[in-house]
Amino acid sequence: MKKSKAFWVFSVLALVIYAVVQGLISGGILDLYYQNILVQMCINIMLAVSLHIIIGITGQFSIGHAGFMAVGAYFSAIATMKLGLPLPVGLLLGAVVAALAGLLVGIPTLRLKGDYLAIATLGFAEIIRIIFLNVDYVGGAAGMVVMNMTTWTYAFAGVVITIIVISNFTKSRHGRGAISIREDEIAADAMGINTTYYKVVAFTIGSLFAGLAGAIYAHNFFIIQPTTFNFLKSFDILIYVVLGGLGSLSGSVIAAIFLTVVSAYLANFPETRMIIYSLVLILVMLYRPTGLMGTKEITSLFKFGKKGGTKI
Amino acid sequence: MEWIQQLVNGISLGSIYALIALGYTMVYGIIKLINFAHGDVFMLGAFIGFYAISRWEIGFFPALIISMVLCAIIGVIIERVAYKRLRSATRIAALITAIGVSLLIEYTVIFFRGASPEAYPEVLPKSSINILGVNISSISILILAVTIVLMILLQFIVHKTKIGKAMRAVSLDADAARLMGINVDNTISATFAIGSALAGAAGVIFGVYYTRIEPLMGVLPGLKAFIAAVFGGIGSIPGAMVGGLSLGLVETVVSALGFSLWRDAAAFVILILILILKPSGIFGKNTREKV
Amino acid sequence: MTSNLLIKAENVGIQFGGLKAVQNVNLYLNQGELVGLIGPNGAGKTTTFNMITGVYQPTFGTIAFDGKNLKGLKPYQVTKLGMSRTFQNIRLFKDLSVLDNVKVANHNIAKHSIISSILRLPSHFSGEAKMEQESIEFLKIFGLDVYKDELAKNLPYGMQRRLEIARALAAKPKLLLLDEPAAGMNPQETHDLMELIAFIRKEFNLTILLIEHDMHLVMGICERIYVLDHGQLIADGTPEEIRNNPKVIEAYLGEEVDD
Repeated sequence: MKKSKAFWVFSVLALVIYAVVQGLISGGILDLYYQNILVQMCINIMLAVSLHIIIGITGQFSIGHAGFMAVGAYFSAIATMKLGLPLPVGLLLGAVVAALAGLLVGIPTLRLKGDYLAIATLGFAEIIRIIFLNVDYVGGAAGMVVMNMTTWTYAFAGVVITIIVISNFTKSRHGRGAISIREDEIAADAMGINTTYYKVVAFTIGSLFAGLAGAIYAHNFFIIQPTTFNFLKSFDILIYVVLGGLGSLSGSVIAAIFLTVVSAYLANFPETRMIIYSLVLILVMLYRPTGLMGTKEITSLFKFGKKGGTKI
Repeated sequence: MEWIQQLVNGISLGSIYALIALGYTMVYGIIKLINFAHGDVFMLGAFIGFYAISRWEIGFFPALIISMVLCAIIGVIIERVAYKRLRSATRIAALITAIGVSLLIEYTVIFFRGASPEAYPEVLPKSSINILGVNISSISILILAVTIVLMILLQFIVHKTKIGKAMRAVSLDADAARLMGINVDNTISATFAIGSALAGAAGVIFGVYYTRIEPLMGVLPGLKAFIAAVFGGIGSIPGAMVGGLSLGLVETVVSALGFSLWRDAAAFVILILILILKPSGIFGKNTREKV
Repeated sequence: MTSNLLIKAENVGIQFGGLKAVQNVNLYLNQGELVGLIGPNGAGKTTTFNMITGVYQPTFGTIAFDGKNLKGLKPYQVTKLGMSRTFQNIRLFKDLSVLDNVKVANHNIAKHSIISSILRLPSHFSGEAKMEQESIEFLKIFGLDVYKDELAKNLPYGMQRRLEIARALAAKPKLLLLDEPAAGMNPQETHDLMELIAFIRKEFNLTILLIEHDMHLVMGICERIYVLDHGQLIADGTPEEIRNNPKVIEAYLGEEVDD
């Protein structure tokens, strides 16, 4: 079976990163504080990449991603804490229910475009949050206590799976169909692409991995509360994707890593963090609206030498 | 007679939504931008009114006017600094910038004065008037009166003045308006000034009526006012008024029926229903993408 | 002989609000014909295209393609039946490579599922290889294969027009609708385009409906011509008949006076 070179590079890279970090943890060099930042980083990468497939690939402007994260967090917590199911089952359940929520939200809303879609997704995310706020079974506003069960291994495996699935989807006829919608929906339709189908598929896959991220989050922080998943959280995720470059998977990963580190350093100055975030967001939009990477991937930076044959 | 009391509450809340919604709808009508920072201008208006009343010990009406003037200036600054360069940018870039401006205002305020809430001083006498056996607070009546006066004023500006005519022309076709000698930049700034002044007024009224203000207070009313604008038909001034009042009444009814925790969800459910069933809103026009 | 009829549009019309943009259009295309659709600006030519291709649903009348009623079908469904088009204002996927532009239109020749692509099953590789191969074939016909890795937006204008036709052909149409393919081209480019159209028509056994302003091109290659004015058909016939039709002359001269 032939696999692309990029796949092998990615696999080796992933193994090396895992081995090094696991070694540092076992050797006691990375204490709990740093382990926690690493898990947080993994969760943010998953959120960023899962929104990337919706906004960056398919061009559908969703600003309610935290809603699906909440679904994943709550349903996985119900599975492990209330039903006593093992953690992997809980994570899977959280992701699948989030995907179903994505499907249900996506079918009616994805016929809307641009600003209207954005505001509708935000509305749905708020409705999801308000539902959890009002259900006593999951603790209402006080939240739900969840045991800390995830480890760096779970979080990293989540990242690897997210990236492989979304990258494989993108580099296929299905991904091209989705990208053609971003580029020109009318032309995509005229070329035989079932645009509604691919929008819903991308939205559902995005929701699935947002749910997985939420499920890992729930089992890492002892408590989940509805306020955690408000639209500020959605904006946070949006910032990763926009800053990294709409359409660039590696860009959103880099932005998620970078901003996790920045906010860890500014953890004691949350206002300063938000001011810096918002200024960066405004400046990037004004001076480099394509984000850090544009639609390019980091791998293309190494290909310049080989190409360049055809000049127009 | 409980329901009359609720009706008055609903109209008061709705008036505040309507005042904010007008700014959303005017700005959207003219540059097709959801100005997310508009809710934060409302918050700034409330704080300006608060400081004016509590520090300078002036009355309600001077504070209202000071707040409106300062908010108008703030609105124009936001437009000139952040939005003006984005006229030819993608809608997504414009929307993200608006979100950025909104966060920047909120957290700059928190940075300088903290996130703690503030209790609005009592500037208006706490009397009530008995109408048909129901006690209606004078504040409610004043709010309604101020709202009505501001809306009449707005209608006058939009329909009877030169700048109003320019605003309508630019919202129909900015390029054609420019060719006809209209200064499009100034017209857009004027739209921001008027919309922001109305949001400032809404901020002071909110403070007086609900007595509690805080730096993130603009977020939810801002979103809901936007929903009201969409409900009424975005771009339509009467639509914003009707939408605002309807939303205020619906929320009050939901609370009165004992579902106050679901109140915020009501607005979003309305939003989603209207977007799916009739995205152009009650007074909106259908648009079609050119192929 | 009805089996020969590829497009049968009867009494077709559309209303936007109160305005009847197109009305009472009867348009028939036989298998293998090359037919022109002309008319002054705003006559409703592109609107007619949009009704045939499913972008707009006609308010009145029926359109049948290859004996199948198109009512209620979305553009992608119409395309799958064997119809594809180009656009008046080029609508390429600008940030995709030239090759990927064609591959998008080739979407339906491979059948591998999303799961197969995500898990990289053998069907994914064989399907993608087939798409790649066929797409390159199309690019070769148009002399675009040397640019296959360039982004579509970086192609010169004339090449973009060609790419749009290549992309439309990759969707495997029986009927090709070209909306002003020669717009913005110089006489030499227009001449090349005429030859290209004649070539692909023969090579792919196509039926072609063409909107065009360049009278030289229309009169030169079309076998029959329909003339629209103010949303109504005012004439149809051979180029010779159209040239001498007083109504057509009036419509065009009238337009010049209006200008």
